[in-house]
Amino acid sequence: MPEFEAQLTKRFGLKDSHTLKVFLETGGYASLKKLFTKKPPEVIEEVKASGLKGRGGAGFPAGMKWSFVPQNTGKPIYLAVNADESEPGTFTDRFVLLNDPHLLIEGIICASYAINCHTAYIYVRGEFFGQIKRLNAAIEEAKNANYLGKNIQGSGFDLEVYVHRGAGAYICGEETGLLESLEGKPGKPRIKPPFPAVVGLFGCPTIINNVKTLSSVPWIIVNGAAAYMGIGTKESAGTHIFGLSGHVNQTGYWEMPFGLPMMEFIEKNGKGMKGGKLKAVIPGGSSCPVLTAEECQDLTLTYESMRDHKTMFGTGCAIIMNEHTDMVKVLKNLTHFYSHESCGQCTPCREGTAWEDRIMKKILDGEATTKELELMLEIADNMEGKTICVLSAALAMPVRSFLKKFRADFEKYCKPALVAVPEAVS
Amino acid sequence: MPVTFKPEVVKEFEGIASRYPQRRAALLPALWLAQREFGFISVDAMKAVADLVGCSPAQVLETANFYTMYQKQKPGKYHLQICQTISCLLSGSEEIKKKIQEKLGIKNGETTKDGQFSYQAVECLASCHTAPCMQVNDDYHENLTPESVENLIDELKKK
Repeated sequence: MPEFEAQLTKRFGLKDSHTLKVFLETGGYASLKKLFTKKPPEVIEEVKASGLKGRGGAGFPAGMKWSFVPQNTGKPIYLAVNADESEPGTFTDRFVLLNDPHLLIEGIICASYAINCHTAYIYVRGEFFGQIKRLNAAIEEAKNANYLGKNIQGSGFDLEVYVHRGAGAYICGEETGLLESLEGKPGKPRIKPPFPAVVGLFGCPTIINNVKTLSSVPWIIVNGAAAYMGIGTKESAGTHIFGLSGHVNQTGYWEMPFGLPMMEFIEKNGKGMKGGKLKAVIPGGSSCPVLTAEECQDLTLTYESMRDHKTMFGTGCAIIMNEHTDMVKVLKNLTHFYSHESCGQCTPCREGTAWEDRIMKKILDGEATTKELELMLEIADNMEGKTICVLSAALAMPVRSFLKKFRADFEKYCKPALVAVPEAVS
Repeated sequence: MPVTFKPEVVKEFEGIASRYPQRRAALLPALWLAQREFGFISVDAMKAVADLVGCSPAQVLETANFYTMYQKQKPGKYHLQICQTISCLLSGSEEIKKKIQEKLGIKNGETTKDGQFSYQAVECLASCHTAPCMQVNDDYHENLTPESVENLIDELKKK
């Protein structure tokens, strides 16, 4: 691993890292001085040039997203921070919120200034009680020290930041589901277009960014886009907090530049496989297509390598499975998850996820034939690209990849399909 | 039985509502306040929330029912939420679930007769590297084993 400077986790482990005092002592809010000498469009250009991609899962270029905000509508502009971290297998935003809440606030100030926003909401999943307490305390500290509020540090720029607590719904991590939830409604995603950058929260232009995306911005402002581009790979610039869970000897999370080979990640960071040889990896949260051990041999932790392997970088948190893993039970777990979390407004998703789950139960009960596996694939085809949001596709992709790559596991549970006997030719 | 918010809670809510340009946006926070004040979200609590926020009881019901963390029944003093999603499954959450059910004599979604414990299997708690994990009220308990869960329940019983 090349030498690099930690950007997102540098305060983790420091005593009282969450306090303003420690934050300021370790270079916190240093970006603001430089930020306020630039014009907002210059900040957007800087972030665009840095190659920073959205860390929430979709990997959309952050600066480009900001540039979509129309500045002439006369309406207020909002920033919604996505701290709903609920993608199965993903667990890194919670540590940024807990250990370095001021870093997120600094990122929020940078982004808000760039898009001309004066009110930001941090949408935190309901279970993160400790994180919410830390965030609220940090906001209070920042306000008292004039890093938030009116005329921040004499710049003339005003910004209020509020925490909004979710209440247990995976779909609220989808950006328009999140907006609905912020408006006090069930988190049912909205039809796009219009995109939230144009018509978002309360009908106003809104940018939704993930915690780590925003937390990456202060470093870019201080050190410049070129320096950020110099870390990682050409298509995957910068650092990220990568996570490991499942069958490795050491699970955990590590900030690293993009580009480490997956096998090295498992061997070095994960201290090798636990309980048996590698069988499968879900590379970036449960919605990503699964990879076989063979496919992982030349896989690197980058957006482009994941794309080349027909999967997704997602959240950068990998789920590792050993040779004794029953892929049928794993897929059953996922069909249950997605059918439980479907918001229910689109038929292909509401019915499709539940149908896949029922078939999976039938397979596990030993009552299915191999014909049902074909049916599962057919249902998956009818689930993808036919709904308002991608939750439906987020199950269709695992279903397809599990059945294609680990078919033998499934066939073990299935009775042979009855074959129609051709009529005797007279 | 109709319930009402205490004046200081109404004041607290008004502070929260002022953060949003539309009052309805404060519905999730209002439901959190109701859960804190009344222990769970009963139909009567929903009516009180509707009055507070200024929307219809049906709108409150629709929203409260959408989110799993709003308790529609009175939970136990200790509400055990065990994560059952993929990383926890790979690390043995099934055993933990079994142990809890055995130890407390209740099934998923039930509360013990003495009202001390309730148990619910939930989806990913975002603590996958310390799987299996469980949330007891607001606190996370991680790297669980059947033994550690047993000890934890024994400790909570003594409290």
